Amino acid sequence: MDELAARRSPIHRLHPAAKLLTTIAYILITLSFDKYDLSGIVPMVLWPVLMFQISGVEVRTCFYKLRIVLPLVMAVGLFNPFFDRDILFHIGSLGVSGGVVSMITLMLKGVFCLMASFLLMATTKIDSLCAALRKLHVPAILVSLLQLTYRYVGVMTEELAVMTEAYHLRAPGQKGIHISAWGSFLGQLLLRSMDRAQELYSSMLLRGYHDHFHYADIDRFSIKDALYMAGCILFFLVLRYADIAQLVGGLFVR
Amino acid sequence: MIEFQHVSFAYEKNKDVLHDMSFRIGKGESVGLIGANGAGKSTIMKLLLGLLEGEGKVLIDGTEVKKETLGEIRAKLGFVLQNSDNQMFMPTVYEDMIFGPLNYGLSREVVDKRVDEVLSRLHLEDLKHRYNHKISGGEKRMGAIATILAMEPAAILMDEPTSALDPYNRRIVINTIRELEQTKLIASHDLDMILDTCDRVILISGGRIAADGPAAEILSDRELLEANRMELPLSMNVHPYTSGA
Ligand SMILES: Nc1ncnc2c1ncn2[C@@H]1O[C@H](COP(=O)(O)OP(=O)(O)OP(=O)(O)O)[C@@H](O)[C@H]1O
Ligand SMILES: [Mg+2]
Repeated sequence: MDELAARRSPIHRLHPAAKLLTTIAYILITLSFDKYDLSGIVPMVLWPVLMFQISGVEVRTCFYKLRIVLPLVMAVGLFNPFFDRDILFHIGSLGVSGGVVSMITLMLKGVFCLMASFLLMATTKIDSLCAALRKLHVPAILVSLLQLTYRYVGVMTEELAVMTEAYHLRAPGQKGIHISAWGSFLGQLLLRSMDRAQELYSSMLLRGYHDHFHYADIDRFSIKDALYMAGCILFFLVLRYADIAQLVGGLFVR
Repeated sequence: MIEFQHVSFAYEKNKDVLHDMSFRIGKGESVGLIGANGAGKSTIMKLLLGLLEGEGKVLIDGTEVKKETLGEIRAKLGFVLQNSDNQMFMPTVYEDMIFGPLNYGLSREVVDKRVDEVLSRLHLEDLKHRYNHKISGGEKRMGAIATILAMEPAAILMDEPTSALDPYNRRIVINTIRELEQTKLIASHDLDMILDTCDRVILISGGRIAADGPAAEILSDRELLEANRMELPLSMNVHPYTSGA
């Protein structure tokens, strides 16, 4: 992640605060769509796709990195079809219930928000992001917490990788981890990552860490950043309130 | 500069790792700390840094190590951990190196200059912008040493600084340690390195100090070393007649 964030592109060079606020706006607007408004939400995919293009981050990388969280987000909407059985419209002779529509809408919302958050992380260093948060007067303690959490997740993933490797070396030909080992595996993972986090934290204390990081200097908020932000948010609002599906549909029908 | 007064320590009840230990290290001395696995070398270092708390008194520059003085004490000490994975926590080596100095209020320019000095001294210019999770164990060790040197502490504690290093890097580290004017306490099983870098050696065994004296004397005492699960340093072995044993 840190590596992606250290690349260069017009998006990477934008002010972190501009990117952060734009992303928040995108997420809020995406979430604000009505749960049956499937045709309204689909065009929202345009922005992340465009940003992936400009920033040079591959969509593939995004889905690969998020492969663990994605199913969870998708699962959220899974029960809707059972609760909401009113038929909304028909495709041929097949009745489509409100539940199915709202399930798909919900899933799309989740996926879009994940994509947007991923883009933010992939184009902004965690340090600059934290620096931006400080500039926006978010309390230092919260920002440090965010940064420490970010590091802890990193430590845990590393330990997980090491342990999985060690496991497979001694259990050749096995796919995944046998269920009988899950308990001790998880326990060890937690203990080990906590131990390491503890040592890392002391190593920070030993080097004079108090309660905040010294963040990289970030550039001033420039016209370019303001334009980017205003442009994107305007775009979101258009997508939100103009009925794109109808407009596009209108073109063909005429 | 560093003083232990009747220090005892146990991780678990009734299992003393250190027992009533006292020693004193003067300013500018360089002292090797040796002993078998589990003898308590890392524990001694952690007590000095206030990461662990035991019975008795630990003094740094005449100040007792306790909660209220931790900030002041830690500013004077640089600690190279036995496990470098736990030392480096920033994305890149460079960011790790500037972390400590910035915390102590130095300006960007001063810090950047220091970083470059240290890196060239250790011949590590190439490592500067590498990612910590993408460098080898030995490279990480060198990086960890660099982060501590960049802090320019009054005393340096090193726990196994040369483990994982190839002969070339080991030699660079030895030479660098020799050039440092600070007080040094170095724990290691690499007795040749200790012989090259330290004037004095403290041997720990069974939670007590088994020997304390000039490096050349202790490290040439075959019986003493073998009784404590160690061997004569190679350089001593080659010239049995000059060992003075
Ligand atoms: N967190 C801990 N909890 C309980 N016991 C511990 C802990 N850490 C170390 N010990 C025990 O304390 C003793 C001293 O450990 P220490 O790490 O100081 O040894 P060491 O001299 O540094 O050994 P090595 O040469 O292997 O690094 C060992 O017997 C060890 O088992
Ligand atoms: Mg040790």
